This record gives sequence, C-alpha cells and structure tokens, in this order.
Amino acid sequence: MIAVKESCQTFHPDSAQDYVPPALLAELQFSRLKAIVARAFDRVPLFRSRMSDRALTPESITSLSDIALLPFTTKSDLRDTYPFGLFASPMEEIVRLHASSGTTGKPIVVAYTQQDVDVWTSVMVRSFAACGLHHGDIIQNAYGYGLFTGGLGAHYGAEGLGATVIPISGGNTDRQIMVMKDFGVTAICCTPSYFLHMIERAAEMDIDIRDLPLRVGVFGAEPWTPSMRKRIETLSGIRAIDIYGLSEIIGPGVAIECPEQSGLHIFEDHFYPEIIDPETGAVLPEGEEGELVLTTLSKHAMPMIRYRTRDITALLPGRCPCGRSLRRMRRIGRRSDDMLIIRGVNVFPSQVEAALLDVEGTLPHYQIVLTRMHGLDQMEVLVEVTPETFSDRIGALEELSTKIADALEHVLGLRVQVRLVEPHTIQRSEGKAKRVIDRRLPS
Amino acid sequence: MKIQQLSIFSENKPGHLIAPCRLLAREGINMQAMSLADAQRFGILRIIVSDWQRARRLLEAEGFVVRVTEVVAVEVPDHPGGLSTVLDLFEGSTLNIEYMYAFPFVHDGKAALIFRFDYPDPAIDKLRAGGITVLDADALNNR
Repeated sequence: MIAVKESCQTFHPDSAQDYVPPALLAELQFSRLKAIVARAFDRVPLFRSRMSDRALTPESITSLSDIALLPFTTKSDLRDTYPFGLFASPMEEIVRLHASSGTTGKPIVVAYTQQDVDVWTSVMVRSFAACGLHHGDIIQNAYGYGLFTGGLGAHYGAEGLGATVIPISGGNTDRQIMVMKDFGVTAICCTPSYFLHMIERAAEMDIDIRDLPLRVGVFGAEPWTPSMRKRIETLSGIRAIDIYGLSEIIGPGVAIECPEQSGLHIFEDHFYPEIIDPETGAVLPEGEEGELVLTTLSKHAMPMIRYRTRDITALLPGRCPCGRSLRRMRRIGRRSDDMLIIRGVNVFPSQVEAALLDVEGTLPHYQIVLTRMHGLDQMEVLVEVTPETFSDRIGALEELSTKIADALEHVLGLRVQVRLVEPHTIQRSEGKAKRVIDRRLPS
Repeated sequence: MKIQQLSIFSENKPGHLIAPCRLLAREGINMQAMSLADAQRFGILRIIVSDWQRARRLLEAEGFVVRVTEVVAVEVPDHPGGLSTVLDLFEGSTLNIEYMYAFPFVHDGKAALIFRFDYPDPAIDKLRAGGITVLDADALNNR
C-alpha cells in the first residue's frame, strides 16, 4: 500500500465547468465549434481552401458530429506555413508567441491573444484544482521557462489558482531540492524523469522527500509508465499526477488526471476530442484505441481544427467517480509517428537524417540511442564511418564528429553525443537499419 | 618516391584492432611499419605493407574502411640528433608535418621514419636539398 499524503479538497470557481451536464456541454461545444470554424474559414487561407475543396462552408456544420466532415490539420501544416501562416488574428491582437521544434530546423510557432492566455490560465487553474491544489499551496515550477509552453503555462495557472509560485525553471538539482525543503514547497511541476532524479539526489543529500510538506507532483511533457508512477509515489510519498498538453493546441492544460488517477479528464469545453483510425482517418467509437484528434473550440489567435496529435489513446467510457462530466482519455503510451521526445524537445529521425546529409553529402548508416542518466534523457547518434568521410588524421575525424554534433544541435536545438563507429556495426534487418534504440523506459 | 600508407578506422574497444591484423597475417602480407593513433572513442591504424593494393582489396572486401595516403619515408642515422636533422629542415617552414612514426628495425645503423606531410612533394624536395635520404617502396622492401 502506497502511503500518499492526502490533499485537502477545496473548490475553485473555474472548476464548475468540469461538472457541466453532458447535454449542456454538447450544446456549448456545438456553438463554439460553429464560431471557430467560421473564424478559421474567414481568416486562415489554408483552411478556407481545404473547405472549398470539399465544397464545405461554415454553414455545413449543422451538428457536433458534423465535425467529422472537416479537414484535418497536421504538424506539417504548421511547418509549411511557418512562421505565421495559420494565425487568425492580426499581430497587434497577439500578446504572446511560443515555439516548439519542427521537423526541419524551423520551429513551429504558436500564438495567443489575451483571451487565449486567459483560457490557458483557466484550464491550468482547473488542472491544478483537479489534482487537489488550491490557494495557499506553494508550487515549485521546474518546467523550462522560455519558448517552451510548459514553464509559463504552469506559472500562469499557479498564479490564477491563488497559489504561491516559485519560477525556478529546470536544472540545478541541488538548488531545486534546497528550495523544495527550505521554502516548504507543497507541489512540484516538472517531467517525471527529472523528479525521479531529484528523489535520488535528495537521498544523496540526506533528505527524505517523504519528510517534506510536498504532496503533489504534476508531471508531463514526456511519456511515462505506470511503473514509474508507482516508483515516484513509493519513494517520495507524493501523489504523482499526469498532465497532458501540446503547444499546437495551447500547451499544458489540455487534460489532467483527477485524484482517481484513472484516465485524464479533457477540458473538452475548450478542446474537442476525437479518436480516429490513423490509417483511414475514420472516427472510431468510444473506447476504441486510435489517434487523438483535437479541435480548439475557443482559440482565437490560432484555431486548430481537427489537429492530429499523433498520440495514441482511447476515450474511456463511463463517468469518473470524481463526478466530473469531462470525458477521460487513457494515459498516452505511444505515438503513431516516429517522433521522439527528448527532455521535452520533439525530435524526428528525419531531422537527424537531414543533419547527416548536410554534413556528409550522402546519408551514412546511423542509429539513435536514447538512455536516461540522472533523470535526464541522453541522446547518442552512432554514425558509421564511410570511405568518403574517413581520414588518416585524428583531427579530421574529430572535426567530422563535431560538425555532425553542431548540425544536429542546429536542427534539434539540443546538444547530443555523436560517436563514429565502424561500418556494418549498426544492426540491419532486411537491409534496413534499426534507427532508434530507446533504453529510457523500463519495459 | 612517395609511399602508400593504409589507414583503417577502428573503434576504441577491446578486440577491435586484432581483426585487420589477423586478416593480413592469414594472407601472408607483412606489416613493415605501423602506428596506432587513438582518440577518446576511436582509433586509426596506419600501416605500411609489402603489397598495399592487395592488402587494400582484402581489407575492403572484409568491410573495413581503408584510406590510402601518400607518406614519405626517410633514412636517418640511428644516433641522438638523427630525427632533429630532419625536423630542423621544416622549422619555420609553411610545410606541416601532420604526424610521424618510425620503422621498428635499424638497418645498417640507420633508422627509417615515416612522415605524413600536408604537401608531400615540396617536402621531398626540401628533404633532398637538406641531404636526407628519401626511401622509395623498393628501398623499403630491401631493408
């Protein structure tokens, strides 16, 4: 039995939206859907032309289920329209820009009007409230502050909740633990792997997190497993809550677990979920596993209509014992594409290929090896030496390896290890090399 | 006058050096000189062999990455200062010695050295002008 410090339940007014009766919620979703489709149709040329190709107008949407008529939006649409092509608001109405890495070295840019920031704050307030946090809590926000949405998203939410926020950002583990102890922190936001590292480091510093006031961890920005959760909860005595979000939709605060910890409630008054067959695009019935597709029902600056998240999950049938009417999705276990998440940064093997091609002229055999050290993801790229790149001078080979690392850093925004290896050392099956070895998660 | 040197890429791991050596031994190819340069995670085996074309074919057929580089072999007296007479020639010169190593045996009181210059041809001219004996492949084989 895991000893979990119980949280005191109080009610934040924003959380009222979590309990709206399903029929009313559907009505709200339908009216918001019509408005957002009209907005995107009027203001986003790509969406308008795709609608026209299908002979659709905003008036074609006559019920909530008509959403299935609408075209999908993909990550490559954001890339192709870089930087501002999908904006539905003029820049003078946009109060914030964030960015996340794309597939070609150019980031994906997302925008917020003041109203969007307010919605984001509100869903983060509801997220924190749903996992038992409230006015008076001291929240250590160890998500990175900057272009990444995690830091500021959690920050505004914590302030909106009326909690005390410590904007410590990521890194410097010893200082994190000192602050956690000395400031009487009651909740922490970071990636689950980083928190595991904090637990280990705290033990080395003779600090047992179970003795501290800390009682909730809001963990996200990377996939994690139920066994990791169990380890975190056992070792630290806190309740480890899974939060889900993505920059393209809003950032963190798309969905969160309640204390039942059986699925993540989607804030579907703002983010309408569908599960589709990733091959055919057909909408799947409730309970079936498929790709999560989200529509932002209220986002002004950058409406996302039927955005394909590539995350594989299922919508869980039945009402949660917590009483929320918001539907739940199963925790994300895998993706339908080959995207990797490394320290919260999106990485595609195609980016690695582009960098290698850039340096070497032709694509060598390579392999991405992911491990986790001190709770931080490590990425190593093994590159087979070719007759063209090989030199009899050590300096030339070291220069090659540095050049590859520089090119990768340029594309990924992440410093990774490069190791030159002998030809034919990377295993090939049926002529194709296995591109990614992920040793981060316990199987 | 230039000598063909074979370089073979090797990961800096136990047992990785032996494979090319075994192959050459099996094929009766003699390594006249060798040097191993190592960085933190990889190494380069550089060898001078009796029949470099055949050695290269055999190595490449086994999947090794081989590079052929032209190097310069010189003979110097095997006594203190033998090497510096050569190095003195290049002091203050724009010609750069990338690396060097020595043959294992002394012959007639003379040691043979391998130099890898960035520009071998002007280097050979300079060596000769300085009175240094530059060895060709035949001379090496007869040592």
